[in-house]
Amino acid sequence: MTPIELYIHIPFCVKKCLYCDFLSGVFDEKMQRRYVAALCTEIKYQAKLHPGCLVSTIYVGGGTPAWLSEDLMDAIITTVKQSFKLDPLAEISVECNPGTLSAEKLNVYRSIGINRLSIGLQSANDDELKILGRIHDYNRFLHTFDLVRKAGFDNVNVDIMTGLPHQTVQKLEKTLNAVTMLRPEHISAYSLIIEKGTPFYEKYKFDAVKQQAGMDTEELPTDEESYRLYKFTMDYLASKGYERYEISNYARNGKICRHNVGYWDRVPYLGIGLGSASLYNNVRANNVRDIYKYCEISEAIESGKNVQTELSSPYFESEEELSKKDAMEEFMFLGLRKINGVARQDFFNSFGIEIDAIYGPIITALRHQGFMDAKEGRLFLTDIGIDVSNQVLSKFLLD
Amino acid sequence: MDQSKIRNFCIVAHIDHGKSTLADRIIQMTGTLTDREMQAQVLDNMDLERERGITIKSQAVRIIYKADDGQEYIFNLIDTPGHVDFNYEVSRSLAACDGAILVVDAAQGIEAQTLANVYLALDHDLDVIPVINKIDLPSADPERVIEEIEDIIGLEAQDAPQISAKTGLNIHDVLEAIVHQLPAPKGDPKAPLQALIFDSLYDPYKGVIVFCRVKEGTLKVGDSVRMMATGAEFDVVEVGYFGAGQFIPCDELPAGMVGYMTASIKNVRDTRVGDTITHSNKPAAEPLPGYKKVNPMVYCGLYPADGAKYPDLRDALEKLQLNDAALQFEPETSIALGFGFRCGFLGLLHLEIIQERLEREYNLDLVTTAPSVVYRVYKTDGTMIELTNPSNLPDPSEIDYMEEPMVEAEIMVTSDFIGAIMDLCQERRGQYISMEYIEETRALIKYTLPLNEIIYDFFDALKSRSRGYASFDYEMKGYQKSDLVKLDILINKEEVDALSFIVFSGTAYERGRKMCEKLKDEIPRHLFEIPIQAAIGSKVIARETVKAMRKDVLAKCYGGDITRKKKLLEKQKEGKKRMRQVGNVEIPQAAFMSVLKLDED
Repeated sequence: MTPIELYIHIPFCVKKCLYCDFLSGVFDEKMQRRYVAALCTEIKYQAKLHPGCLVSTIYVGGGTPAWLSEDLMDAIITTVKQSFKLDPLAEISVECNPGTLSAEKLNVYRSIGINRLSIGLQSANDDELKILGRIHDYNRFLHTFDLVRKAGFDNVNVDIMTGLPHQTVQKLEKTLNAVTMLRPEHISAYSLIIEKGTPFYEKYKFDAVKQQAGMDTEELPTDEESYRLYKFTMDYLASKGYERYEISNYARNGKICRHNVGYWDRVPYLGIGLGSASLYNNVRANNVRDIYKYCEISEAIESGKNVQTELSSPYFESEEELSKKDAMEEFMFLGLRKINGVARQDFFNSFGIEIDAIYGPIITALRHQGFMDAKEGRLFLTDIGIDVSNQVLSKFLLD
Repeated sequence: MDQSKIRNFCIVAHIDHGKSTLADRIIQMTGTLTDREMQAQVLDNMDLERERGITIKSQAVRIIYKADDGQEYIFNLIDTPGHVDFNYEVSRSLAACDGAILVVDAAQGIEAQTLANVYLALDHDLDVIPVINKIDLPSADPERVIEEIEDIIGLEAQDAPQISAKTGLNIHDVLEAIVHQLPAPKGDPKAPLQALIFDSLYDPYKGVIVFCRVKEGTLKVGDSVRMMATGAEFDVVEVGYFGAGQFIPCDELPAGMVGYMTASIKNVRDTRVGDTITHSNKPAAEPLPGYKKVNPMVYCGLYPADGAKYPDLRDALEKLQLNDAALQFEPETSIALGFGFRCGFLGLLHLEIIQERLEREYNLDLVTTAPSVVYRVYKTDGTMIELTNPSNLPDPSEIDYMEEPMVEAEIMVTSDFIGAIMDLCQERRGQYISMEYIEETRALIKYTLPLNEIIYDFFDALKSRSRGYASFDYEMKGYQKSDLVKLDILINKEEVDALSFIVFSGTAYERGRKMCEKLKDEIPRHLFEIPIQAAIGSKVIARETVKAMRKDVLAKCYGGDITRKKKLLEKQKEGKKRMRQVGNVEIPQAAFMSVLKLDED
């Protein structure tokens, strides 16, 4: 059976954070119910389209999936179990925000097999949480974390952010201390990205350009400061026993996020729900991004209408078949995000050609410059290579 | 055709005094054009001219005017460029005329280019009639301007037409003045043919269209003609005159007329501007005095941004050269920029115009190197070379001394700014010649200045220091010995030939420092530190550093981000392709032009 990952998108949140450019919005419960019904239809539809798959991980992301009432979450997971063959050891993650969980909800999660939670904290400083437009304060997070542990979850991630406006090493240290003290199994530490279409973009776009150019900034940390914050995070987490296994991801005792590692290893995955992306049979595809259109497709399927389009799924808005060149490029720029990099043998197994035949001169040059290293059949970026990974990874695009 | 009913004239003026508007109005008032045909400025054909509001190429038009005396007159109006860079073109146009209308702005009065143009017209023995324009302006002061014209130029101006070309007020006075005050052409239609070529144009169907002024004899269809300088012979296929925006064929062009001829001429070089056309079988004894060919004053390297477009750039330059004899070019190579051309221009405006035309009309993406004047390098072996490309400067041990071209500049400025302008000239190594008050509040300042001090941004500096109240004109005044050095730029320890330039040794340090600062901002950070140095010979005189990029990470890359992430990496890679690789440093094309803008801050 083909191992496969499922990503399930819940595009709802209590309130949009000021930096967020994800496909999500505030919708009432009626819309949430209509959407989840549509989602279940797609799960069944995709299962029929991809027989013989074994689901190894499920990741319910958003938005804030935990905001859904527990019966809706139950319906989703149950539908997956009824439609797909699910690995008994599957990792099933749900994203949540402080304040969206209750003891009852968590008990339902446990009973339906959800075994990993990812909590968006971002900062332990209430002034920073306010700047970010988050719905919670630090105390609320502590309360949620306590509920999660009491419900018996032993695989928990906490998201934090660096490079925030006016962030100092002292403030970051407070956040890192507040988080590591609780000993979550996993920490994701992201640098703030100023994305187009967000209120942050309007507010900080000039600063972001200045930061990029290495100039003095107004509110965002300068490039140099942001580098210091990023390095401080690495060192701090390492000192607390968190091993960095990808650019922004750290785990204790090997509790990495299997689902996410799948993306970097190019494991096939099906994206279910609004705007989700899939990789299957070397085709990358994206679902429609209009929530009404999405629901209508499912409702048409339910009423037995013909929904065929020229694309391989009626939910797709676009799809692109990857050439061998595309696949090799992806293999490199995704695989090298992992701290342990890529295995020469895996490249050969995937493409039937030695990695050096394609990338030999680039690898040699990067190793010479100290951005890359090799050990035991693996190629990986060095610390300074990761620091400038956009520059380094772009070299793996072929002409 | 009655020669006494012909008037060949041009309009001269300082820039923006309303020359082209008056030309439009004359054409409109004489009725050769319907209002519908009347575009904003008929004579300014090129897009570029219309956008910049200046006239680059000479244009000509024939119009019919029924005068108050009841007679019909033929006017051949030849438009001329106003800018000093195009004196050469002005000269060509003037040679085809018998008279000139001098337009003076009723508010601004006489400006530097007014004088320059009048002197040119007088040099060509033209009769000049002054016209005072823009009298509808609230600030118009025609009485003062009349006095200025009489005092400074020495032209009788009491009866000068006072007009508004914009509104059409009193244009009739101008037309009558043309009839009564400008001379009719002379010349015997039966004499041996002498026709002066003052411009040409390439038409894909008719071949070269030669613009000429018939001085003696008659040019007819079917005539066998010879170009007296090149010796090329042709059979005339068509002769005609210039309608507004079109060619109107006729049977013959007798002495006194301005018109065109075609003769299936494929090669523009056969019909040099300034040459004399005569009959093959009954040639004139001698050619008309041509006008002196001007040499380019400013040189720069033009390189295609995409190396594969080199042949396209050559074709485009060849086509532009067809009707712009002042443009010169020859192939050169640069380590940093690859294959390109060293091009010679009349001045910086000419350079900019050519550059813009190449980019707009020929769709070329160009990299331009710093403009340079022509230096004379006297070597120890007694020979002299004219240096147009700084990177060709011989080894200092072979150089005895160097000379640089000088100009005599005339600057007209209101008295409040005299000090500021004199400071500017002083900073630019100017040598004071004289200053005279031409009226109570305005003075004419004369300075000798090195050409290389004015080719970059002198005009802008002049305008900003005088709040727009200074006008400027210059003429070449030969060469002067000078203490010059070659300033090299080293990026990551490698000399970048395209960035080398010649500079006065006294300002070399300042230039080098500014150049390094500018380049520091232009060159993006790399994965390693990049020293930028300015050096004279082996001596480094300024240094800046582009700090290494320490962090460039995309924090998130999950299932939904992968396509986007790839696009980001592609963009990064694409951006590098558009840069020039020097050693292992990628230099954006804009960096090569940054030297032009050293004094902006």
